[in-house]
Amino acid sequence: MRNGASAVLARPWITEKVLLGLGPREYVKSLLTPGNLVVGLILAVGIPVIIYRFAFGLGAATNLTQQAPWGIWIGFDMLCGVALAAGGFTLASAVYILGLEEYHPVVRPAVLTAFLGYVFAVLGLLCDLGRPWNLPIPMFHSFGTTSVMFEVGWCVFLYTTVLALEFAPQAFEWLNWKRARHFLVKLTLGLTVVAVMLSTLHQSSLGALFLLAPNKLHPLWYSAFIPIYFFISAIAAGVSMVIVESALSHRAFQSRLDHHVNLDQLTTGLARAAAIVLFAYFFLKLQGLADGGHWALLATGWGAWYLFEMIGFILVPSLLFAHGARTRRVTLVRWTAAWTVLGIVVNRLNVSVIAMNWNAAQHYVPSWMEVVTSITLVTMGVQMFRWVVNRMPVLRELPDYRDAH
Amino acid sequence: MRIRRRTFFKIGAAAGAAAIASRPREASAAVTHARVDTPAVLVDTTKCVGCRACEAACAEANGLPGPALAGDGQVYDSRRDTGTQAFTVVNRFEAKGAPVRFAKKQCMHCLDPGCASACIARAIEKTPEGPVVYHGEHCLGCRYCMVACPFDVPKFEYESAAPYVRKCTFCAERQANGMAPACTSVCPSGALTFGTRDALLEGARERLYRPGSQYVRHIYGEREAGGTSWLYISDRPLDQLGFKSNVLMQSIPSLTQPALAAVPFILTLWPPLLMGLYTFSQKRALAAGERPGGAHAADPEEVRHA
Repeated sequence: MRNGASAVLARPWITEKVLLGLGPREYVKSLLTPGNLVVGLILAVGIPVIIYRFAFGLGAATNLTQQAPWGIWIGFDMLCGVALAAGGFTLASAVYILGLEEYHPVVRPAVLTAFLGYVFAVLGLLCDLGRPWNLPIPMFHSFGTTSVMFEVGWCVFLYTTVLALEFAPQAFEWLNWKRARHFLVKLTLGLTVVAVMLSTLHQSSLGALFLLAPNKLHPLWYSAFIPIYFFISAIAAGVSMVIVESALSHRAFQSRLDHHVNLDQLTTGLARAAAIVLFAYFFLKLQGLADGGHWALLATGWGAWYLFEMIGFILVPSLLFAHGARTRRVTLVRWTAAWTVLGIVVNRLNVSVIAMNWNAAQHYVPSWMEVVTSITLVTMGVQMFRWVVNRMPVLRELPDYRDAH
Repeated sequence: MRIRRRTFFKIGAAAGAAAIASRPREASAAVTHARVDTPAVLVDTTKCVGCRACEAACAEANGLPGPALAGDGQVYDSRRDTGTQAFTVVNRFEAKGAPVRFAKKQCMHCLDPGCASACIARAIEKTPEGPVVYHGEHCLGCRYCMVACPFDVPKFEYESAAPYVRKCTFCAERQANGMAPACTSVCPSGALTFGTRDALLEGARERLYRPGSQYVRHIYGEREAGGTSWLYISDRPLDQLGFKSNVLMQSIPSLTQPALAAVPFILTLWPPLLMGLYTFSQKRALAAGERPGGAHAADPEEVRHA
């Protein structure tokens, strides 16, 4: 017994903290799984593609044109990355501000998902910017205060910092830095308030970006209410993402779980919230449709696509969430959440890419290098999530910190 | 939890700081409204003969390679657009039973330009003198100016690894030195008239409403996108000459201003509102005989396992 304990203590720090208690050779061996092989293949193609893009410019790597200046790096990486990361501020405010303590077990993974979501959205943005090395200029030197983009830029910069601080206690527990952790935990309420402020601003402003293109965005998607749509739908996306992510985590990280947590109960609770938010979103969209007055366009092909989004991706999942929550059908709720996440992705792509420049002669279709870059960034995000969850107390709490204050 | 004086001050200070932080927003880059007599050009498409001297003069003044297919009639076989190496192009438009018409395209130099308002780094600027100019050293290459422009004018150097946005400058430098823009100074047919906007509008109306006038009674650019420095008149509807007919009669920045105006309110109203909700949730927990949860319990983790 004593010998065993001292053997654990004697293991070098890196073995204990980074290599999951294995020797270097064993650790490398443990990485040779079919899943990691796929990841390796994606990175082996994706990283050279990203290097190629920076070496030869956007024209060489993308299908962007003078008429279609924004593609999936904005529409998917940035808009969807940020929207799907909204679970961070939603869950944090539910627990720390509204006092819904029972959701505490899903806050940490939600914050981690949000943090990684933002980091990889920003990486996607860096790929998209023609002159990314000029990023400090709008931040510190030449302020484009009339630009919605300026607001988005500052909010994303500040909120990514806030998310890092919200996540940091988990890293500090892993490193066993008790004082630093204690200090940050005390900031939780303040950080949560700031997180809600910044998220309200930039989630809506990502939609407001498109307000100045009324003659380019299809009238069924263009509305003065886009900022509100983006904010509300981001909440639905964030909650759905938490449902999906917690379900997947509970499958993938069996050994890391806190088995006291009744995930099914939390899932149906989240489903109730998602049902209400999606229903509100549906009604706001209806209001926008009435406000725009483009009823005749509903009879066109674009109208069919719009109705498919409205009914298939908003109204139906809202009702399914409500039904699933009432009848406690957790599997139904989980599939509905995945469908909703897909629906928000479709919405963001509609606004930024698909229904954008709908009346132009040529239509933008992403190049294979754009798709590979996006897949690579998502893969890297998932890998970071795995790396962190396997080491840090994200899905469960360390016994030391349960009542050590 | 009672709101103690200290807590109250903290909230007040946070709200105040937020209000101050949001102030620079009111100082607007794009609202350096151009003077009333802003320099402008009237394009009378009925007078244009399609000689493309303006293209050549533009290329020379901006150090661009000479215009495509100089002196070749075939240049009109396809519709051309402005590009990174051509800040202005002339296209030919034919219709049955109507005379051939040519239309020159370049930056419209809006009075309140969407591109300048959209720029995160003020790389595009509406100068008080009138021209809308570009400062490449500030540019991030985000291409939001291209999204913002209702006329699709800014063009991006996609082929470059260190790309710039390029467009007509209204020969701002020449104008500063008292010269007319290069294109207008070489026009042999009188299709391009350089002058002050007010005077040109008046002259244009005179032509439009003269007895027996063949002109369509619409000055393109008078109200499009809130008004532009380049104004067009024609005897054919301008959408038949490659002009966009779906441009709003409203300045582009005015579309995003309401959203930006909400920022100070969110920054000042959210903190007290959220702190209020927090206080309620704490009281409710106390009333229910629980230990208050939330962030202010010495440690949130404590609660669930207490």
